[in-house]
Amino acid sequence: MAINVIDETVGTLFSEPDVDGARRWFAAKSRVLSNKVMTVREAVERFVPDGAYLASGGFGTVRIATAVLHEIVRQRKHNLGFAGHTTTHDFEILAAGQCFDRCDAAYVVGLEVRGLSPNARRYMESGQVQVTEWSNATLGWRFKAAAMGVPFLPARTLLGTDTFRHSAGRTIECPFTGQTLAAVPALFPDVGVIHVHRADVYGNAQIDGISVADWDLARACKRLIITTERIVETDEIRRNPELTQIPYWLVDAVCHVPYGSYPGNMPYVHYSDEAHLAKWMEAERDPATFAEFLNTYIYGTQDFEGYLTLAAGEARLAELCALEPLKRTPEVA
Amino acid sequence: MTERYSLMELMVCVAARQLEDGKTAVIGTGMPLAAAMLAQKTHAPSLIILFEAGGVAPALERLPLSVADSYTMTGGLMHSSMDEIMTACQRGVVDYTFLGGAQIDCFGNLNSTMVGTDLQRPKVRLPGSGGANDLASLCWKTLIITPHDKRRFVPKLDFLTTPGYLSGAGAREAVGLPAGTGPYKVISTLALMGYDPDTKRMRVESLHPGVTVDDVRANTGFEMGFVEPLAVTAEPTDEELRVLREDVDPQGLIIGKRAA
Repeated sequence: MAINVIDETVGTLFSEPDVDGARRWFAAKSRVLSNKVMTVREAVERFVPDGAYLASGGFGTVRIATAVLHEIVRQRKHNLGFAGHTTTHDFEILAAGQCFDRCDAAYVVGLEVRGLSPNARRYMESGQVQVTEWSNATLGWRFKAAAMGVPFLPARTLLGTDTFRHSAGRTIECPFTGQTLAAVPALFPDVGVIHVHRADVYGNAQIDGISVADWDLARACKRLIITTERIVETDEIRRNPELTQIPYWLVDAVCHVPYGSYPGNMPYVHYSDEAHLAKWMEAERDPATFAEFLNTYIYGTQDFEGYLTLAAGEARLAELCALEPLKRTPEVA
Repeated sequence: MTERYSLMELMVCVAARQLEDGKTAVIGTGMPLAAAMLAQKTHAPSLIILFEAGGVAPALERLPLSVADSYTMTGGLMHSSMDEIMTACQRGVVDYTFLGGAQIDCFGNLNSTMVGTDLQRPKVRLPGSGGANDLASLCWKTLIITPHDKRRFVPKLDFLTTPGYLSGAGAREAVGLPAGTGPYKVISTLALMGYDPDTKRMRVESLHPGVTVDDVRANTGFEMGFVEPLAVTAEPTDEELRVLREDVDPQGLIIGKRAA
């Protein structure tokens, strides 16, 4: 054996790094140029079955596909697997709906400097969720391995820690240098959700600003739901092709959702609504209050537009746009 | 410390001084970022600040609330990806990482995953590694800024999330972490600490003004070392305080609001 396995870990592998299975899936996936525009409700009904393994793009409170996450809660999807790759408000939303029962965790439960989500904490402490630990880089590299079509990637991180022991990685000996490396298995999520700045009806999608792990995530997912600030003509995509991060054949659904990262930040469009994020955290302190909060904001609203009207309104959205520090360069606008 | 500066201001100034000019640093939000901004605006104008989500060398206008938000990108040289930043760390390009508080032991190992004994049913679930395990594994020098009490400075971590010197000298290399990396400094509410080069155990290098050895011992859950002779931490200069209050954190997000 060229690569010698020298250590075992105790974490559960929720998704096999089956690269040949993935090749067969991607080979069979349609590459026909077709209009994929649909409502968020339809996208979730069609592409997020109970039990599916889900990955969320962006970075927790930055460029997240809030509308899809809400709709997953609204449709009471359950027994999902979830990739907790720098998940903050996205994790908070799905934990609110108790939608997942297994989680690959790199960053969960917290909202960075804003503190910990009381409800997400309760959910993770309840024993209802099986968890396997990773780090941001290694969970991202699991998407990269999948995007590359290889069963694992070697890494020089995780080693020697409880994070590693509770992961589903392995240590291997490098066949060239003899060094000990962590091997992290390819992760092919059943479905990914990514919010972008502009896309055409076929799914060619462009992102302004940092891409976080979405380049790899888009390529690792078997199904991909895109929500977009704007739907544009393909000509507009072709004018700035260097901005295209996701070509249409990766995409299964295109949903037009302006302010789709709200209450998170959408770089170049609007800043985060810190007051509304604080409202979630406040409501979560007491389970009964939070149940009422969810009834009002998620279960009681028809769709994301209803949520936006209720939580923000036009004036507040205009304020958040004014607070956004990044401005588009004219040739891109 | 009623007069010229607060404890938070002292910590940020001490932290800033640890960062040399012309180096690269991946920085977490909160106090580490305030320190990096202060360094950049005083002695280290060409300190290259990187954010793990992909922001590269922004002209920081304001303290970001997320390591991915728009303020990590303003005036940046490049909008990249987490992979770009993390692979740079793995390649040996990144000199420092500066992380916020967590449970810490005498070898600088960190816990930010849980309180309790069963990961599947923890007493308190915390966020987990985030990028901390990667950054502390791969960057050359790891700095920590944290409040100093027995709840944080513990003899044994509930969960070893992020590697310090693991079980001591040679342990990082033995498990396969890149040689020559590891914990560098800890800036706490009581002192500035480094590590004994032979044992890799934490030791106080300077006590903050007014703090005694006994204060440190009383607030540390493990046996803390002390260098000899033991220095007193230099107080913030007027210039450091001016830049910190006027340019780095005018809203008082980190250093707190000052009475008018």
